Amino acid sequence: MKKVIMGNHALSYGAMLARVQVISAYPITPQTQVVELLSEMCASKALEAQFIKVESEHSAMAALIGASLAGARTFTATSAHGLTLMHELLHWAAGGRLPIVMGNINRALAPGWNIWADQNDSLSQRDTGWMQFYCANNQEVLDSVIQAYKVAERLYIPAMIILDAFSLSHTYEVVDIPEQSQVDAYLPPFKPAFRLTPDEPHAFGGLTSPDYYFELRYKLQKAMENVPEIIEETGREYEKKFGRYLGAVEAYQVDDADLILVTSGTAGSTAKVAVDKLRKRGLKVGNLRIRLFRPFPFEIVRHYLRRAKKVAVVDRNISYGHHGIFYQETKSALYGFSSVPIFGFIAGLGGRDITPETFEEIIDYTFSHETPEAEIIWIGVKK
Amino acid sequence: MKKARTMKLSLPIEEYMNPGHLACQGCGATLAMRYVLKALGQKTVLCIPACCWSVIDGPFPYSCLDVPIFHCAFETAAASASGVKAGLEMVGDKETTVVAWAGDGGTFDIGIQALSGAAERNDNIIYVCYDNEAYMNTGIQRSSATPYGAWTTTTPVKHFKDQPKKDIVAIMAAHRIPYLATASVAYPEDLFRKMKKAKEIKGTRFFHIFAPCPTGWRSRPEDTIKLARLAVQTCYFPLFEVEWGEKYTINIKPKEKKPVVDYLRLQGRFSHLTEKEIELIQAGIDRQWHRLLRLASEREKLSVGGE
Repeated sequence: MKKVIMGNHALSYGAMLARVQVISAYPITPQTQVVELLSEMCASKALEAQFIKVESEHSAMAALIGASLAGARTFTATSAHGLTLMHELLHWAAGGRLPIVMGNINRALAPGWNIWADQNDSLSQRDTGWMQFYCANNQEVLDSVIQAYKVAERLYIPAMIILDAFSLSHTYEVVDIPEQSQVDAYLPPFKPAFRLTPDEPHAFGGLTSPDYYFELRYKLQKAMENVPEIIEETGREYEKKFGRYLGAVEAYQVDDADLILVTSGTAGSTAKVAVDKLRKRGLKVGNLRIRLFRPFPFEIVRHYLRRAKKVAVVDRNISYGHHGIFYQETKSALYGFSSVPIFGFIAGLGGRDITPETFEEIIDYTFSHETPEAEIIWIGVKK
Repeated sequence: MKKARTMKLSLPIEEYMNPGHLACQGCGATLAMRYVLKALGQKTVLCIPACCWSVIDGPFPYSCLDVPIFHCAFETAAASASGVKAGLEMVGDKETTVVAWAGDGGTFDIGIQALSGAAERNDNIIYVCYDNEAYMNTGIQRSSATPYGAWTTTTPVKHFKDQPKKDIVAIMAAHRIPYLATASVAYPEDLFRKMKKAKEIKGTRFFHIFAPCPTGWRSRPEDTIKLARLAVQTCYFPLFEVEWGEKYTINIKPKEKKPVVDYLRLQGRFSHLTEKEIELIQAGIDRQWHRLLRLASEREKLSVGGE
């Protein structure tokens, strides 16, 4: 069934189709519609789930960790300050190997108060052991929730589905909402190998000495390393069932490109508009949109970028004292494999618009310079 | 001819706690767990945040308890328990009792937000706070459960804690939860009876269990029960129940209230107190006790008036 829905509701529909069993959430702009619709779904029994309406995001994640450990499929959604308040428990979820799926609306962090798009909230969580998917349209949001459960429950790693504030969360698009029976055929019920039950008493997460802790973290990393392969496998299966492929990256016009843009989120869609326009001018430009940020798909990124003459990474985020974060990852992926010049641009912090013209400026700059004039090239900043 | 001796057990013989735990000698918190599990039985799940019990249970891969434990984050005991309860119900287990088991720091201080949230939602959990009146697991630092006058490593004798203990029971009563009770390791039958009663009630149930800590109180391990009993006999820690935030019932009314000095003098943490300071403590106890009597008797009067 095709429906015109907002990005936030695409998360809700995704959770409903995944038949989540326990939801726990706390409201924050611009996430509220996700949980409002889920509340309606629970109230009308369209979704057989318990919704724990907690007093903070910290408790939201704590409750889901408990519910997931008890063997239930769990979901929440948050944004910015809510996500950073959860930080401690993100480690807890991943370290406990609990396949929780969460929507996060990318929003800037205060001060000053700013509710608009910015990736620093989720990227500040990159070392917590969660998978991170950055989405470019509402269809992808819905599809990603379903795929994320499949991957998460196979590898016991939690997953974050990320969408830009307003430019996706509140933007209405046509979305194909799959049949429940089809989703059920793709995503079987959650049956964890171990769970919290009096039938088989175990102590989870107790005092763990250096004799054991190291191996637990080694295993988490080993599972993480399997993610790109499982994404490919489940993404192809999704394509077979639903007609849409879900891969680690979206490569657009890259095969013959001299310059490849590296983008993420909605900026990744806008970049395609710029690519089309500049191709008409005869410039060989392509766009590699990173969908899977954690684990970073090093091999795939390398595969596409090593043939380019120049690479321009556009970040809507910054690691203060370093660079844009996708820029760091891209450099790290190419180190030792290619000497292609990598330009690092920062644009759109705190919701400043990233438009096709922004990309034209970036592309013009990259073509007209041998190498970047600085480690960070700021686009549109009023100096 | 001698009469055959018969012994009647006042608590079930079943044990859900095994030898080999890591508690200090004379630990009140350990006794509390043993009695509570006797009342709740096998179909129980515990959510234990950072506290002495996260160590007492034993290091991975060991556990001294026969029930499953979720060792959760410090400030999340209540929220974790709410989540576990919801999760169990959604996978078809509606029977298991889910217990949040936290110390006073995890309850009075860092965990109070989550506790208040769960109580307001009336989530179907039992929350047990075993109170040893300071952060004992980290080495005796003051919490908001530390009483006036006590020495801790962060309230040295020269500047002992000069604020009263937070009234957690009043806070929980104000949430109008179906059931809350105080209990003591010196009165296991009373604790057992109330826990059994709580098990059959639906909604948020709160227990405040007095659990002496020889290590932190600078008391003798063999005095743990004596101290816990004195706390009740002096009305320092009265035993009572509150239903729906209104119906107060005092379980043990000492015929003759003992002076608090009897209780204080057995503990090194109070050894610096002057007579004047002890008088202040006594006055505070008297005030609280009268308040409790009033709350309990007002109910009695009300119920008489209603007949």
